[in-house]
Amino acid sequence: MNEKNKLIDKYSAKVYKNRKDHILQLEDLDEAQSIAANTRAIPGVMTARGCCYAGAKGVVVGPLKDVCVITHGPVGCGFYSWGTRRNKARADEDSGGKNFVPYCFSTDMQEPDIVFGGEKKLEKAIEEAVALFSPACIMICSTCPIGLIGDDVQAVARRTEEKYGIKAIGYSCEGYKGVSQSAGHHIANNGLMRYVIGTGDKAPAKKFSVNVLGEYNIGGDGWEQERILKRCGIEVVSMFTGDGSYGALKNAHLAGLNLVMCHRSINYIAEMMKTKYGIDWLKVNFIGVGATCKSLRDIAKYFNDAELTRRVEEVITDELSLIYDDIEYYKSRLTGKTAGIFSGGSRSHHYQVLLRDFGIETIIAGYEFAHRDDYEGREIIPFIKEDADNKNIETITVERDLALYRERYSEAELEALGAELDVDSYDGMIPEMNPGNIVVDDYNHFETDELIRTMKPDIFFSGIKDKYSIQKAGVTSRQMHSYDYSGPYAGFRGAVNFGRDVTMALYTNAWSFVSPPWKNEPMLVGTIGG
Amino acid sequence: MLDLTTSNVMERTALRVNPCKTCQPVGAMYAALGVANCMPHSHGSQGCCSYHRTVLSRHFKEPAVASSSSFTEGASVFGGRSNINTAVKNVFDMYDPDIIAVHTTCLSETIGDDLTSYIMDMDLPEGKTVVHCNTPSYVGSHINGFFNMMMGFMNYLTKKTGTPNGKAAIFPGWVNPGDIRELKRIATLMGVPYVMFPDQSGVLDAPMTGKYEYFTGGGTTLPEIASLGDTEQLIALGEITSGEPAELLQKKWKVPHTLLPMPVGIAYTDAYVMALQKFSKKEVPEELEEQRGQLVDLLLDSHPYTHGKKAAIFGDPDVVIGLTSLCLELGIVPKYVITGTPKDEFTRRVNALLEKYNVEGCTVKANADLFELHQWIKNEPVELLIGSTYGKQIAKAEDIPFIRAGFPVLDRYAGPLMPVVGYAGAIRMVEKICDALMDRQDRDAADEDLEIVM
Repeated sequence: MNEKNKLIDKYSAKVYKNRKDHILQLEDLDEAQSIAANTRAIPGVMTARGCCYAGAKGVVVGPLKDVCVITHGPVGCGFYSWGTRRNKARADEDSGGKNFVPYCFSTDMQEPDIVFGGEKKLEKAIEEAVALFSPACIMICSTCPIGLIGDDVQAVARRTEEKYGIKAIGYSCEGYKGVSQSAGHHIANNGLMRYVIGTGDKAPAKKFSVNVLGEYNIGGDGWEQERILKRCGIEVVSMFTGDGSYGALKNAHLAGLNLVMCHRSINYIAEMMKTKYGIDWLKVNFIGVGATCKSLRDIAKYFNDAELTRRVEEVITDELSLIYDDIEYYKSRLTGKTAGIFSGGSRSHHYQVLLRDFGIETIIAGYEFAHRDDYEGREIIPFIKEDADNKNIETITVERDLALYRERYSEAELEALGAELDVDSYDGMIPEMNPGNIVVDDYNHFETDELIRTMKPDIFFSGIKDKYSIQKAGVTSRQMHSYDYSGPYAGFRGAVNFGRDVTMALYTNAWSFVSPPWKNEPMLVGTIGG
Repeated sequence: MLDLTTSNVMERTALRVNPCKTCQPVGAMYAALGVANCMPHSHGSQGCCSYHRTVLSRHFKEPAVASSSSFTEGASVFGGRSNINTAVKNVFDMYDPDIIAVHTTCLSETIGDDLTSYIMDMDLPEGKTVVHCNTPSYVGSHINGFFNMMMGFMNYLTKKTGTPNGKAAIFPGWVNPGDIRELKRIATLMGVPYVMFPDQSGVLDAPMTGKYEYFTGGGTTLPEIASLGDTEQLIALGEITSGEPAELLQKKWKVPHTLLPMPVGIAYTDAYVMALQKFSKKEVPEELEEQRGQLVDLLLDSHPYTHGKKAAIFGDPDVVIGLTSLCLELGIVPKYVITGTPKDEFTRRVNALLEKYNVEGCTVKANADLFELHQWIKNEPVELLIGSTYGKQIAKAEDIPFIRAGFPVLDRYAGPLMPVVGYAGAIRMVEKICDALMDRQDRDAADEDLEIVM
């Protein structure tokens, strides 16, 4: 019996029936592997998933540093998403010198507000926010009770715009919407597309310019990418949304190309910008040395400019020479180890590439809130069946903006380019993996523990909810959402940081003390007498 | 840091900025983790459960198990009965606790899910129990959630056999496992047989053994909770956290209670010791009296470095009242004392303390937030800041020595293992306070003024 069957065999009939399709043990990779994803979590299984609000506020709009994001609801949701995600930000010109990231704003709704409606309190809160902070943009994120009591946050946003002459956007991202954070990503994407992107007119100064989509600057990852791109002579117009700003996002439509890091949380915007403004997107991966080189070369190929290509090669050569010794050292300590990764967006894919740079094979990988295309590639999208939960999340359709649409390449040129470059597409995580490996969608606590027991990885990358149980079981555990407060892990320098941290975690002296010495010594010392 | 905060204080009635409280359910989850072989269960959408487990794990650096009803839009419309039934079956199947402790969320409260009847109708496996409490997030704070969960357990499980069990019940309030261990040590030294409820020691400070179990075996056992009705006396610590559960035990089973402040500092620890003595009618043992003497000695030795220093203290009501008392014992002026929890009793109690020590010119406020505290500090600075992790932003912005205490402390290690309560806890806090103030004096001293002996 393989590890997958050993695992699901422990389930009751109903749970078995559901979970068997969410877990794959990869076999012959020439055949397409199909997985169930983006469906309801089963109550009580201890899913790792969060909610729609977490996806919209926590992930996508929270990092926008010049936006006063007001959580409309009781105080908890705002509190938990306050400063805990490591989306680093520095005030800059685009943000008008402001940085709201260290702050938490909430309407802190009380019982009477639930009974009589919270719109008045929300409007008062906005009035106070404007008086105190004069933000250029306010975003309202609704929590569970808001939808139930029927507060119209979009109407409040419209009134805010009229009254104060600032941008205001209301998001109905109540926690119960959809089946995971993913619904919130989509809702937030829709709002940014509708109300922000395309409203600015500051054109990039450089010939080659990009937006980095789905990069939240956790631990400074975005800054490392920006450093490298700048060295290559590429301007970053905006970052969605790590260290990002409303001020910069407005101009995103004027960039030459979109780079997509986290496919799940931002692919909607990438697609819509292609339709509306003609901007192509490349799925890049700046996690991993080889992956970073490939991503840079892909960008150069896309822009198809001899000088840029030369510059990119120069930067790659130089950066590689700077990190070579470190990478080789950590590789010597790590080669042959095995890993498991349970994470969000695209990380469970990205980090497999970086781990391979150090000779580590990933034998278990899974996502909290991915869709089938994140596992199987975008070709699967037309075949994904919609269910009631997905249908509740609005899909917006955009049309070509006749004034702002600019074709970067003709269809024919794109096709030619496509021979050596994947434009506007993504193949998913599964092609990265090997036969025997396990893929788990919407993993839960039980499955994590069971798989660690049967697959015996040397190190497991997951989140804080799993970290300590894995560690208590004697397996090295590192957080893949927060990097255990280290980083950056992206780009060339990030790869070194990652190698250092993984080596430290596996070899830290504390592991040698887990079993007390007296457990291995006889308790009584005596002589055999005659 | 916090560059958008100005000294211009404006009255706010709607916008909460940088809260000093969170919502009820996390308190319920923490209380339920203090019960042996218990799975806390969040009846709402799964984000709540995820956030609460996360903040608990970040504070304790330990696993915090809890399950969720994983509401979708459908459940929010039609009610969560089928979700809770599925969840309860799966939790018992997969994780096998003895008991599931359900708390509600703002979602299930707003739609009016009737947990009492859902649970009554459940077909539970032999020997398994499900209890619940209501924790609407839009009422009170996480402190309410903590005591509501305690009362949930008590409502379902306590009994009176008619035969007193010769024990005292102790409600520790919302404290760390290290505090509970200290409270137990003192009770044992005082010769008092007790039931501690809840008891997160052994759960959220579990040792590393190389073996992980969903349930560590630590926590108040179900027979112990049941026996609360047979205890002879309740010592309830933390007036605001433990007051309502104490009332309930009195009302339900006529167990008399002594309601005391959280035993932080000398006076409040003395009160705890004397309450125990009243029960056991035994002399205070040498070991404890010696430790108290050491603490007083320490206060006298170090007073030149603490006397007259101005501090701001924030956090949950009971721990803040305790820390304020300790600060006053050290001669520190508690210039600003706030809690986010909306309880007027907090203000009354802190003001009474200030009056006792004849200290004037301090600002005390419940239902306050860290933004206004920061603004006050900008107008009139303090020399020491004591509170949860979020104080570090203010401490950095205003360059104030900062001591972490209370919940949550997300950015330091070992805290939950150590006491703040008792004489031992006070000694530890005095060391922290002196270190912070004296490190600052050293840092700021001109070379010629740097003292080798202090």
